[in-house]
Amino acid sequence: MIMTKIISLKKGLDIKLCGEIQTGQKAREVSHTAIAIVPDDFPGITPKAMVKPGDNVLKGTPLFTDKKYPDIKIVSPISGTVTNVCRGERRKLLFISVEPDEKNNILPEAAKPYKDSDDSEKAQQLLLDSGLWAFMRQVPFGIVPRPSVTPRDIIITTFDSAPLAPSWEEYINTQSDYIQCGASLLKKLTSGNVYLSTRNNEALSAIDNVEVIEFNGPHPAGNPSVQIANIKPVNKGEVVWTLDLPTLVRIGKLAKSNELDFSTEVAITGYEIATPHYVKTTIGASLQPLLEKQLKNSNQHVRIISGNVLTGKLEQLNGWLHYPYTQITVIDEGDDKTEFMGWASLSANKLSENRSFPGNFISRKFCPDARLHGGRRAMIMSGIYDKYLPMDILVEFLIKACIAKDFDQMEQLGIYEILPEDVALCEYADPSKLELQKILQEGINLAIAELS
Amino acid sequence: MKQLRRFLDKVKPHFQPGGRLQHFHSVYDGFETFLFTPSTTSTTGVSIHDSIDSKRVMIIVVLSLIPCLLFGMYNVGYQHWLAIGSSTFPFWKLFGYGFCQMFWRIVVSYAVGLGIEFAVAQWRKEEIQEGFLVSGILIPLICPIETPLWMLAVATAFSVIFVKEIFGGTGFNIFNVALVTRAFLFFAYPSQMSGDNVFVATDSVLGLGQGTTVDAFSGATPLGQVATHTGTTLQINNVVGEPLSYWDAFIGLIPGSVGETSVIAILIGAVILLATGIASWRIMVSVFAGGFLMGIVAHYFQTPLYPVSMLDAVQQLTLGGFAFGAVFMATDPVTAARTNAGKYIYGFLIGVIAILIRTYNNGYPEGAMLAILLMNAFAPLIDYCVVQRNIRKRMRRINIKA
Repeated sequence: MIMTKIISLKKGLDIKLCGEIQTGQKAREVSHTAIAIVPDDFPGITPKAMVKPGDNVLKGTPLFTDKKYPDIKIVSPISGTVTNVCRGERRKLLFISVEPDEKNNILPEAAKPYKDSDDSEKAQQLLLDSGLWAFMRQVPFGIVPRPSVTPRDIIITTFDSAPLAPSWEEYINTQSDYIQCGASLLKKLTSGNVYLSTRNNEALSAIDNVEVIEFNGPHPAGNPSVQIANIKPVNKGEVVWTLDLPTLVRIGKLAKSNELDFSTEVAITGYEIATPHYVKTTIGASLQPLLEKQLKNSNQHVRIISGNVLTGKLEQLNGWLHYPYTQITVIDEGDDKTEFMGWASLSANKLSENRSFPGNFISRKFCPDARLHGGRRAMIMSGIYDKYLPMDILVEFLIKACIAKDFDQMEQLGIYEILPEDVALCEYADPSKLELQKILQEGINLAIAELS
Repeated sequence: MKQLRRFLDKVKPHFQPGGRLQHFHSVYDGFETFLFTPSTTSTTGVSIHDSIDSKRVMIIVVLSLIPCLLFGMYNVGYQHWLAIGSSTFPFWKLFGYGFCQMFWRIVVSYAVGLGIEFAVAQWRKEEIQEGFLVSGILIPLICPIETPLWMLAVATAFSVIFVKEIFGGTGFNIFNVALVTRAFLFFAYPSQMSGDNVFVATDSVLGLGQGTTVDAFSGATPLGQVATHTGTTLQINNVVGEPLSYWDAFIGLIPGSVGETSVIAILIGAVILLATGIASWRIMVSVFAGGFLMGIVAHYFQTPLYPVSMLDAVQQLTLGGFAFGAVFMATDPVTAARTNAGKYIYGFLIGVIAILIRTYNNGYPEGAMLAILLMNAFAPLIDYCVVQRNIRKRMRRINIKA
């Protein structure tokens, strides 16, 4: 028995929000819904649509591919008819939506048989053909990995530490065969290690071919880039693949039983949801059926977030579930409120990390709305960002380098190690209300452009 | 509340572009966001934000200065009553006198500073930033009470324009605005700003405190007395020649700039700042550590040649503007070092240099101001070194691999 390595992270924060799922809450099934795949959810890909409206597609039929690496395909998670190939300004592909049919047939080329003894080339081809390749990300930059690059390591996160995040415990307990099979396949694709990061789960220590690492501490302990930075930081020129547990299980299912599974379990959370619960549905599902009759108050101006409150994408009720999120959060928008001298408030209902708010001294959960609670300012307070990022990165200086578009400085300060989601907590706590994730993303885009 | 909201909504169109009062849009916006929390919601990134904003940050700093301000008002009266040789010290009269003296200083400081801020914000088409809320109250607190109002106005205008606004406004300045105001006064009007007669108010105000100063009167601050002291035994006196104890200096019933005399009031402010996490404890602690250490060293090598070295380390920390500077000036996050490691170095050097200047420069007993301004200039360099260390660590990682 190998001892599990334990890494304890001190920095970070678990925001205490109302609207989490009570244990024992039964999961609902919403299958057979329309779906849409949004190319923007697959960063690093320049999409080239492979279907037209009206085309019949099978589960596994490529909807679009990458212009530069045509091997990377994003496939339809259901069989049915393409209803819309929506384009925006300058013909940018916004989404491709598919209406389901009854049959749910699988495209044979997408799920070729695979044996344990197959070599790495076959393993890679299996991932590319099935569309599961595009479900992986890489550090640096958080983009879909390039097929031509062999990763230094691969890291699989088996927990999500974001506010109100769904628990993946059930996967771990029921799908360990698939986890093993997926991990063995991935092991062939890297010359280094396959890390399995866990939050104290014994069941995983039985998995072979991987190094299990236990992470303790508050969010962002579950972010793969934070984890890899604390295991072995990514240097310039190195690539580490990251994926989450549901994707690993999908890979395992495909490898073991030739099954292409795009179902997903989504946590419907947030304090504007009557009873938070899990829903079994499909990747890219339309939000309408998921949220129907679930909102507490239909007149309220709510904010629907596909994902968690820190990094999720804003959506309308007629929107879609965005990859990679397995969570929908609905909170109060709050733009209709008038609050007299809010800056002087001593209300215990106000969510803040500053000790001048009495709410900090009461152990309770908060229901914050989406207001900024202040105007945008230059960076005034110092040392705030450092409290929320358990990495050896000087966030403030990296952000300034990004604003200044100084690529050399960005490189020196660790742009290859960090992803925008890692600074989400800093953005939440910032009294100057700067859009840190956006600034960092722009810096990353600049770095990608500089390196290509 | 609703009526106020309605009123603001009603007059809003006049301030929009094209309205009659469009040139006062920033002013309107400043008042509106002050009275009602803006209901703008986030459009990118995180969907929830911490309730703290820079208005609250600044107001907490202002609150932490209130004990110093109130005590300072009382002490202004107290020193005056001492100077006119009174034997009774009626609390409300003393306080009322100090209040009247300070009131116009605060008004002038805010009117000049905020006036410039409003104008610049309008010109730049930006929101009004709250930085001057703090500077505006600091300025009257760190200037001698007898500074003429017009000098205060000129100095405030100089430092808001040339120290803050030309660098881009709040958050971009290199030097502490309030300290530069004082430095400007000191170097532009040395004859009026130094000597024995500026730290104690001697005129009566609104019929309060009538009387002439007694013959034994000397308005020299304790540090001023020490600096000009000759001989080997050191004795500090109050304005009428009676000896002062540690305790007097700790409570603050000594002559000096309005806010800096009372260590107790400063400590209350420090507790507020540290408890709310607004000021950096790293800086505050290391300034005191640096000052204490240098105080011990100076006292160990005491010599009548440099009479300030005859003060012991505790006196060094309690007298003059040291404590006030450590708590309220050195911790200004914009002008201080911004990295955690840098803050220790920055604070420690402020403490050391303040005592160094004070001790070994007889003509200039007030070292805290210059030490902080000097380290303001060096803070970016300290940060640069800390950042370079982080960069080198990253480089080394690559080199080991290669």
